[in-house]
Amino acid sequence: MTWVRRLLAIDRRIIFLLVAAGVILPLLHPLNLPVTVTPRVKAAYEAIDALPAGSKVLISMDFEPDIMAELMPMSVAVIRHCFRKHLQVIAMTLYPAGTGLGERAILQAAKAEGAVKNKDYTWLGYKSGFQVVMIGIGENLRGIYPVDFYGTPLDNIPMMRGVNSYRQMAMVVNLSGSSATDYWIQFAQGRYHAPLVVGCTAVMATDYYPYLSSRQILGLIGGMKGAAEYEALIGTIGDARRGMDAQSLVHLIVVALVIVGNGALFLSKRAGDSGGAATGSMTR
Amino acid sequence: MRRGPLLVTFLSGVAVAALYFIPHHKAQALNSKLLEWTLVVYAFALILGSLSLWGSHMKKVQNRAEGWGFSLVTLSSLVVITVLGIWKGVGEGTPVGIIYDNINSPLASTMFSLLAFVIASAAFRAFRARSVEATLLLITAIVMMVGRVSIGPLISPHLPGITEWLLDVPNLAAKRAIALGVGLGAVSTALKIILGIEQSYLGRS
Amino acid sequence: MIGTWIAAILTLCVFSFLYKDNPFYRFAEHLFVGASAGYLLAVQWESVLIPNVWTPLTKGHDLVVLIPLALGLMMLARIWEKGAGIARWSIAFYVGIYSGVAIPGYMQAQIFAQLADAAKPWPAGWAAVSSALVFIGFLTVLAYFFFSLPHRGVHGAGARVGIYFLMVAFGASFGYTVMARVSLLISRVQFLLRDWLHVLPG
Repeated sequence: MTWVRRLLAIDRRIIFLLVAAGVILPLLHPLNLPVTVTPRVKAAYEAIDALPAGSKVLISMDFEPDIMAELMPMSVAVIRHCFRKHLQVIAMTLYPAGTGLGERAILQAAKAEGAVKNKDYTWLGYKSGFQVVMIGIGENLRGIYPVDFYGTPLDNIPMMRGVNSYRQMAMVVNLSGSSATDYWIQFAQGRYHAPLVVGCTAVMATDYYPYLSSRQILGLIGGMKGAAEYEALIGTIGDARRGMDAQSLVHLIVVALVIVGNGALFLSKRAGDSGGAATGSMTR
Repeated sequence: MRRGPLLVTFLSGVAVAALYFIPHHKAQALNSKLLEWTLVVYAFALILGSLSLWGSHMKKVQNRAEGWGFSLVTLSSLVVITVLGIWKGVGEGTPVGIIYDNINSPLASTMFSLLAFVIASAAFRAFRARSVEATLLLITAIVMMVGRVSIGPLISPHLPGITEWLLDVPNLAAKRAIALGVGLGAVSTALKIILGIEQSYLGRS
Repeated sequence: MIGTWIAAILTLCVFSFLYKDNPFYRFAEHLFVGASAGYLLAVQWESVLIPNVWTPLTKGHDLVVLIPLALGLMMLARIWEKGAGIARWSIAFYVGIYSGVAIPGYMQAQIFAQLADAAKPWPAGWAAVSSALVFIGFLTVLAYFFFSLPHRGVHGAGARVGIYFLMVAFGASFGYTVMARVSLLISRVQFLLRDWLHVLPG
């Protein structure tokens, strides 16, 4: 069956072109597919929505530019929600390369909602150490962050007066693409019993369902789809929602590739061809 | 010359583990102090990484090894951004902030976006339902890929519910068992390190 | 404007790898490595060394901070082969701290909390079926990962069932992984089409 062999040995660049078309076409000609909100994202939204005005929320944006596609729209949506609810946002990051992104997210949300620095939000910036930072915040915030990112002592920031640990914060929101989330669960929630909402990349989302079941986390926002759902809940159209049409089409393309690949293998086996190992290379 | 460091590991590990259970304010103050020290040491560990990178690329340039011109690009960008960052800061609007927005950020995100093409190519070439288990994995993956995006409910109104059930039941069960295993492994590894049974972190003698 | 063009050109340099490896891609790759390392150094300086070391030492006259500073500088001795012995003291300190911190953390959050949730009473009605399946899946997956006994008899049957639960979980993870990777590409294309070429609205 030579056509099957030729199909299985197709140049990978044709597959790349298919994927590129699957992304570009829906962006140029939106299909406006509806975004359905899933229970776990709704739970995250409701947890934050239930906080009374004036509550302090610690938002840790633990991601770097490699995964900003999923977590940046999520961060902006969550922070905007906090500002609309008149919650005071204390923002930080545990990744050095996340410093620029975290600052960008909070400035973008503040501009959209008219939030004022040091009154509605404080940007603490980066500190190294993961677990030691989380435990340190629980014991003595000022020992870890003596000043904010701009060099202002915390005592000189109106909204930070009297705030020195999780006890003075109503909630912790961790937006992360790494094992930092595990540590937030272990320390902020496990040791200091801070209510915790998690946003993460889609790759990690399935790993946190046990913590949802045990109520160690109150809600879970997973990937760009989760960010799109959150944008839908707060009534905004951001990059995540705009990308959902392309997401749907590329998923269908990938599913079609899996089915065609397996179908071709099945046909070649029926014809007595061994099918062989995977032909060609995935990257060359 | 490892006894001293092994003793330091033991003392620091036992101290921090024990202080978790001692609520006395002096104990917690000591705990805080140890953590603040660790924060600084960790920062130097990250700095060490950058310095090692400098060393390896500098060696390539000095030896005129293959691709040494590209190593010069690495070294130049490392020096320029470090000096500018220390001099003018790294926040929004600073020279490093602008470089970050227009160089670091796009490069990092584009590098990782290549994975979308790789995974599509892998889906076609390598994901084969050669056994019952592999078929189960592929069927679940296909249901997830279609059910969790906007087009899913349009194909079938039951798809979102099915995907939610898959995540809440079989996925939860397996991930819980994995989490338990990881937790047990992490605790036993930590104990082995503190007790000096595991010494690989100290390098070769 | 110039920044957008630089970002777009670098993005296209990286995408050129999809055709084949080439000097534009290698340039972008090496620039990325150097820029990331430089940014990391600058951020460590501004966010950790100045507020947590320099300012307490010079303005607060806190001499205790010399201890972590000394440990940190000892860590840097690792660059030289002969300095490995000195660096071991710093490495020992922070490995000890992280190991000590890990024990109660993992025990509480991943062992006790998860065991407690696994042992909780099942709800009434049809939800009990799902809870029973979760419980069976949990036990059978644990049976699969228990390699100290051969997978025979009841243990083997349990492990077999556990494999099926694992395949469903990994299938779900794979589906989500595809979603994650595609999202990364969508974002870059959005940048190129909207911010660079201005062919998208918003």
